[in-house]
Amino acid sequence: MLYFTRWKMAAILCTVFAVCLFAVPNFLPTTMVNSWPEWAQRHVVLGLDLQGGSHILLEVDSKSVHKEMLETLRDDVRRVLREARIGYTGLVVRGNSVEVRIREGQNSGQAQEKLQTLSQPLGGILSATGHRNVDIASEPNSLFRLTLTDPAIVERVRQAVDQSIQIIERRVNELGTVEPLIQRQGTDRILVQVPGLQDPTRLKQLLGKTAKLDFHMVDTSVPAQQAAQGHVPPDDEILYSASAPKIPYLVEKRVLVSGADLTDAQPGFDPRTSEPIVSFRFNTSGARKFARVTQENVGKPFAIVLDNQVISAPVIREPILGGSGQISGNFTVQSANDLAILLRAGALPAPLTIIEERTVGPGLGADSIAQGKISSYFGAAMVVLFMFVTYGLFGLFANIAVAVNVAMIFGVLSMLNATLTLPGIAGIVLTVGIAVDSNVLIYERIREEVRGGRTPINAIDAGFSRALATILDSNITTFIAAAVLFYIGTGPVRGFAVTLGIGIITTVFTAFTLTRLIVAYWVRWRRPQRVPI
Amino acid sequence: MRLLRIVPDDTKFDFMRFRRISFPISAIMSILAISLYFFHGLNFGIDFKGGMLIEVQTKQGAADLATMRATLSALELGEVQLQQFGAPNDVLIRIAEQPGGDAAQQVAVNKVRGALGNQMEYRRVEVVGPRVSGELLSYGIIGLMMAIFCILIYVWFRFEWQFALGAMIANVHDLVLTIGFMSLTRIDFDLTSIAALLTILGYSLNDTVVIYDRIREMLRRYKRMTMADLLNISVNATLSRSIITHVTVTLALLALLLFGGQAIHSFTATMMFGVVLVGTYTSIFIAAPILIYLGVGTGRDTLSSSDQDKS
Repeated sequence: MLYFTRWKMAAILCTVFAVCLFAVPNFLPTTMVNSWPEWAQRHVVLGLDLQGGSHILLEVDSKSVHKEMLETLRDDVRRVLREARIGYTGLVVRGNSVEVRIREGQNSGQAQEKLQTLSQPLGGILSATGHRNVDIASEPNSLFRLTLTDPAIVERVRQAVDQSIQIIERRVNELGTVEPLIQRQGTDRILVQVPGLQDPTRLKQLLGKTAKLDFHMVDTSVPAQQAAQGHVPPDDEILYSASAPKIPYLVEKRVLVSGADLTDAQPGFDPRTSEPIVSFRFNTSGARKFARVTQENVGKPFAIVLDNQVISAPVIREPILGGSGQISGNFTVQSANDLAILLRAGALPAPLTIIEERTVGPGLGADSIAQGKISSYFGAAMVVLFMFVTYGLFGLFANIAVAVNVAMIFGVLSMLNATLTLPGIAGIVLTVGIAVDSNVLIYERIREEVRGGRTPINAIDAGFSRALATILDSNITTFIAAAVLFYIGTGPVRGFAVTLGIGIITTVFTAFTLTRLIVAYWVRWRRPQRVPI
Repeated sequence: MRLLRIVPDDTKFDFMRFRRISFPISAIMSILAISLYFFHGLNFGIDFKGGMLIEVQTKQGAADLATMRATLSALELGEVQLQQFGAPNDVLIRIAEQPGGDAAQQVAVNKVRGALGNQMEYRRVEVVGPRVSGELLSYGIIGLMMAIFCILIYVWFRFEWQFALGAMIANVHDLVLTIGFMSLTRIDFDLTSIAALLTILGYSLNDTVVIYDRIREMLRRYKRMTMADLLNISVNATLSRSIITHVTVTLALLALLLFGGQAIHSFTATMMFGVVLVGTYTSIFIAAPILIYLGVGTGRDTLSSSDQDKS
């Protein structure tokens, strides 16, 4: 146990040294590290609880995705039947299906054939899953029921999450924060982590808006107030103004031009009133549509609708042919800027709900770092002192091993670009307490072997070989707990699992290699007549 | 230099005899802990209960709790708790989960921000919606179960099944007592508590495994010794190590408890109780003696067993 070949020794020392080297970038100014090659730049990332920032978990509203799918399906049925000139009655969305009844005397076989075109294989022709997006059932009295299949809904939600992630990325990047993290969680959730925000209110506002912008004509045939109280014409709907007081507008359901046709949006000021405005530009097809509509409707008001709220309803004074325009509507500089960001980033495919938020201010983060530092120093100092008092020279060996251990934990954390959280620091402090345990096991075993009557070198050798099996056994149980914790935990707790797990690995590694090596060298050097513990 | 010897060499405590006291004590304590859990309950934090936790610091002067309480109750957000902690200008606000799903929570937070205004620094805002809290709780419970199960399998592979069972009984005993402690002290039970429980599980087992390792070694070495004697020797042989290791762990935890701050206070306090107080006791007084009842070494020559005579 105490004999090391030269190669083995070199390998151990090189490994320890190399792993410790990885920890170096954490202690140097970033300006210096930035000139290094990519792999050497890896460093420990401070968790949001230490550097401050927001952790926001969003959920895509699957219900609204589902509802929209059904409405699209209903519109598709209407379009297909109209194109084929097949008469129908009672086209409705019922539950998870769209139902349509073909008029008597019509060719229901032909209708079925046409409706069948709406049922497509999922994931294109190439995928061989065998699932289709719509199931079509034909019932008595020429009733057809088109049902969305579960895989189709799941697939659509997945797409919605993917699109939302892209849009959120664009929105968050506009905030100019460093290294935001945006990733999918599970089937319908998105995790957004933005470090270093003082106030997440603005971030949440940017995330929470669907930003669906549409241009509609205002129906002036009935006064809006009257329509709001009584009956709304079938092709119209009542929408309210975004700013208080809430004014009702009677707006045509038909969308003239949608926000999807926008290519750019910028905040600015109205040259006449110096009010903040948002100016926008359409793409070619949007510009053409907008030009046609404004030509036909000079003198009539149209409504600019954002997320079902009317931002403004200006009267068209002259045809707008250039494909650009501006929105004014009680903006502040900030809200104009935000709206421009939202319009540039595009509309979310479905509303997002914030289901979890954890924000730590930078002040608390700094305090936590300070507390983490003090408790680590104090804990380490106490343990080091205690080990020295208990085991003397061998205690010193143990302390060297612990110091190397902590350096290696930082090295491994850096290699993995892992996140250090406050519980993570607690994990390191605990590792210090636990890392000496392997030395305690070895030393106590040596003491025992000496009492058993072995010669010092023999006792040391036996102490190591017997204790190492125990060290492995006992640490694996803790490692299992850390692994489970890593699996179930999020954020700070996961940080604890990471440092605890890595700490256990480095502890076992140093016990098997470095501590043994140091003691072996000492034995070779001093040829001890008695064991000094 | 004279070295510190916390435990003298060659101790010969009769730990096994003590099981006639320790088992009933543990049984009573466990029942107490379980009834605490059922009748006193755990102080669930927002992770598992949902709701809001807002930590504010007044920018100037001490926080005026009475005014803040009045301001916040005017918002009619249901149960609002204010608690001063640390410095006189630090206040922790807890607000129960709002009815009306996930979106309602955000509305409430905005109301609080609006009401308290700019005189405060918002140091921490945590909002957990109803669905997330439900998931976190079930994750936590599944995690604990999974850890116990994995460790059980591991110990079973490395030792015999009796050891695995003994370790598991010791384990569950630790967890039950710790949960009782958390119920008694009204410590926040949140995700970090689950982390603490899992760590306690790991360390308590670490200790148990060290003793079991020695017992297994002794079982091979001394073929004719009675089980009680053998267990006593094993526990005594590892006693010094157990104590020294627990001193070092205690020192580390003490540092965290004293200087680690509010954020991990409940975590370290729980660990202190679980690892230091319960874990050590369990491995010596429960995990080792229980092996006698589980029939380890029943195939041995037990004719002269004093233990057998008594029972």
